[in-house]
Amino acid sequence: MASVTHSFMKLFRTSSPDSGTKPVPAASRLARRSSGLAELSRLLKSGDPLCVLDVGYTSAANIRYLTELGHKTYSEDLLDASTDPALLTQNEQGQRVLDSKRFLADNLVYPAAQFDIVLCWNLADYMDESLVKPVVGRFWSVIKPGGMLLAFFHTREAGPDAPCYRYHIVGSDSLEMQHIEARKGLRKGPGGPGHAAPTGGFRLQRVFNNRHIETLFRDFTSIKFFLTRDNIREVLVVR
Amino acid sequence: MDTARTSEFAHIGKSVIIKGELSGSEDLYVDGVVEGTIELHGNSLVVGPNGQVRANINAKGVVVQGKVEGNIRASERAELHKTAVITGDIVTRRIAIEEGAYFKGKVDIQKEAATVAPPVVAKPELKVEAKAPAAAASAAGAGMIKNSGN
Repeated sequence: MASVTHSFMKLFRTSSPDSGTKPVPAASRLARRSSGLAELSRLLKSGDPLCVLDVGYTSAANIRYLTELGHKTYSEDLLDASTDPALLTQNEQGQRVLDSKRFLADNLVYPAAQFDIVLCWNLADYMDESLVKPVVGRFWSVIKPGGMLLAFFHTREAGPDAPCYRYHIVGSDSLEMQHIEARKGLRKGPGGPGHAAPTGGFRLQRVFNNRHIETLFRDFTSIKFFLTRDNIREVLVVR
Repeated sequence: MDTARTSEFAHIGKSVIIKGELSGSEDLYVDGVVEGTIELHGNSLVVGPNGQVRANINAKGVVVQGKVEGNIRASERAELHKTAVITGDIVTRRIAIEEGAYFKGKVDIQKEAATVAPPVVAKPELKVEAKAPAAAASAAGAGMIKNSGN
C-alpha cells in the first residue's frame, strides 16, 4: 500500500497550486448530508452516556451537540498536532520524516477501550503518511469493542487540491463544512514537505481506494462504505 | 465578562510570575504566569490574553482568553474565547466556546453543580453554549444556546 500511496503523493506534490477545487472562504460553511453520521446517530441517541473522541479541528458545535446528548466529549486536533516541528527526524536514508513514536507519546494518550465513538473525519487524507497507520492502530486500542469510528476519504475525482474542511455536526445526519486555515500563533509550521497547501491550509496527501481503506482498518470487526456525490466516501468502522 | 466587570477583579499583571498555591475569596484576573493550583471557590477567574496558567483551576466561573495547561473545574460556567489555548479537562455545568479556540481534553457537563446559582445569560459574542443535558431543551427556548452562522 505504501508504494501506491507514495505515487499518489508524488503526483499531488507536483500539481499546480492553482489547479483543482477552490476552497470556500473560511468563514463560510457548506451544508452536507452524512449517511455515516445518520447511522452513528442511532448510537448517539440511544440514551446511554457515551465517551466520544473528536480528533478534528476544535469544533464548538460538535462539543455542544455531543454534550447536550449527555455524552462525555474529548477533543484533540491531531492534524494540527502533526505539524509540530519537534516531530521531525531523519530516517536511515537521511530523509526528513515525522517521528510516529513521539507523536503517539504526545497524542492519543488514553486508557485502552476508553471510547464508544471516534470522529476521525478526513484526518487520514491530510495527515503525513508516516503517521496514518500508527494512528489507526492507536484508534483500535482506545475504542471499546463494538465501538465505532467515522472517517471520510476523498475519491480520486476530488483532485489533488481538494480543500481540507472541518466538520460541524448540526443534526443527526447533517454537517456543515468549513475550510481549515492555519491557526495563527499556534501552528508551528509544516511537519514535512507537501504537508501544507499554498493557501495556508492542509494539502491532500493521498487517495485511498476501497482496498487500501479495508487494509488500513483490517484489525477492526467490520467496515461499511457510504458513497456520496461530492467525491467523498464515508466509512463507518466497528471495532 | 467585559472590561468594566474585570476592573473590579484582583489583578495579576502580565509581568508577574507566581508559583505555588493561589487561593482567595474574590474574583481574579490573571494576565501573567501562574504555576501550581488556583482555588477560588465561589468566585470567578479570568485568564487574560497574555495569561499563561499551568495549574489545576477550581472556581465558580472560568473565562479563558490566554493559555491554560491543567484541569478546569468551574462549578457554574466556563468560557473559552477565540484566543484561548487549553490543554486539560473541563468539568462544569455550562460551557461556551468561541470559534477559533483550541482545546485538547475532555468536556464533562455535570447536571448538578456543587453551588446553587441562577442561570447565566449567554454573552452575544460567544458562538456556542452548551449546558447540562437535562435542562438543555428548556434553555434553548429561553435563548441560552446560541450558534452563529460563521
